Amino acid sequence: MNPFTPIIKGLKITLDHLFKKPVTRQYPTERPKVSPRFRGLHALNMSHDKAKCVACYLCPTVCPAKCITVEAAEDANHDKYAAVYEIDMIRCIFCGYCVEACPVDAIRMTGEFELANYRREDFIYTKERLLEKK
Amino acid sequence: MDTMILGLPMIYYVAMITKVLVAFIFVLLTVAYATYAERKIIGHMQVRLGPMRTGWHGLLQPIADGVKLFFKEEIIPSSSSRFAFIIAPLIALIPAFITFAVIPFGGVMEVAGYKIPLQIAGYYDTVAGRIFDVNVGMLYILAMSSLGVYGIVLAGWSSNSKYSLLGGLRASAQMISYELSAGLAVVSVFMLSGTLSLHEIVMQQSAFNGMNWYIFKQPLAFFLFFVCSLAEINRTPFDLPEAESELVSGFCTEYSSMKYAMFFMAEYANMVTVCALSATLFLGGWQGPFADTFTILGPLYFIAKLYFLMFVCIWIRATLPRYRYDQLMYLGWKVLLPVSLLNIVVTGLVGYFISH
Repeated sequence: MNPFTPIIKGLKITLDHLFKKPVTRQYPTERPKVSPRFRGLHALNMSHDKAKCVACYLCPTVCPAKCITVEAAEDANHDKYAAVYEIDMIRCIFCGYCVEACPVDAIRMTGEFELANYRREDFIYTKERLLEKK
Repeated sequence: MDTMILGLPMIYYVAMITKVLVAFIFVLLTVAYATYAERKIIGHMQVRLGPMRTGWHGLLQPIADGVKLFFKEEIIPSSSSRFAFIIAPLIALIPAFITFAVIPFGGVMEVAGYKIPLQIAGYYDTVAGRIFDVNVGMLYILAMSSLGVYGIVLAGWSSNSKYSLLGGLRASAQMISYELSAGLAVVSVFMLSGTLSLHEIVMQQSAFNGMNWYIFKQPLAFFLFFVCSLAEINRTPFDLPEAESELVSGFCTEYSSMKYAMFFMAEYANMVTVCALSATLFLGGWQGPFADTFTILGPLYFIAKLYFLMFVCIWIRATLPRYRYDQLMYLGWKVLLPVSLLNIVVTGLVGYFISH
């Protein structure tokens, strides 16, 4: 084959691409649209101004990364509730098994994915921080 | 105005300094924005955006890059040959810029009754009524472009690092072998023009529609010259002296800060010069429709042609991968050199039969 055809073909391809719309997303200003079933940061669901969680320990049991810490306690109505509910985001692999395992629909995953932080302590999401996520 | 210095009127000196400043700043800005254009165009060719953050659509990127490089730490390796290490970027940079002196970028401009040719090394003689410029302009350019090799070889040698040395060696071998074919390619233009003066060459290509351009009479010579020039200025697909995957950064591996920037400037200034030269020799320089009537159109046509050729350089960079070293040598010595020699022979024969 003559050596010019591939070069001219290549030049044509690059010229074609020059007029295509770039696929780049200008990230911090232009946000990606996450899908509804995106597995991002966890959130604890509320019901009647209280966390739905009944501290059944199914989520720490199923968690493959062992990142969930739950401690159960009894409230004034003798109901079981989670006194401590912590998720270690450094360990979490965002598999969503905790959401699947939960019998009372107390935990879900949000679309939030920017979880970078400056200190290791800040990666431990306590019950209060998880409840804040609406 | 009638004061004479060394037999020339005062306005001659004023015009000369203005021309030098304007041309120098033009080349400098073109060099700076060539880096931006390159990143932007290659970005879009790869369906990306290129620089977007610094200024509107990244327009201040070259300035930010310059400032960054300027404030970087100056590192001189302890085992290097200090003097040569420091002087090498200058040797690479200066020939790259001074070649622009003989390139005509416009016709004759008349300021206050004084005629100024738009070419730095040019002088309008009122008695003879024509422009005198460097009559060996092309030879001067070839000489200066070979001088640039010294900077790169010295940089490679004085760094005292194997990557730099290999880069420098490659650069010298490549530039020498491709300069032959480039020189021979322009010889066929001289055979038609009968002069080495770039002003004369441009004047011979004047025609309203550009049909007198040497690219139509010597398409092969244009192709050869452009390809060889790409190799001579170490641009892709011939950028072996700084092949990142093999030689880290080639001859400028050990360089940092402004000295590194100077190599980069030299590289892009060489690109500007080579494109300006190709435009002058083959695309009619500043000639174009109405360029004789309106002087201002001359530089505009010249800039348009120059930028078009630079776009082609960038376009080629976005398309072609790097040649292997033996392929490069094969192409230079066994393909381009014989073809350019053949081109001269054919030009000579055709010229002989036309004149007889």
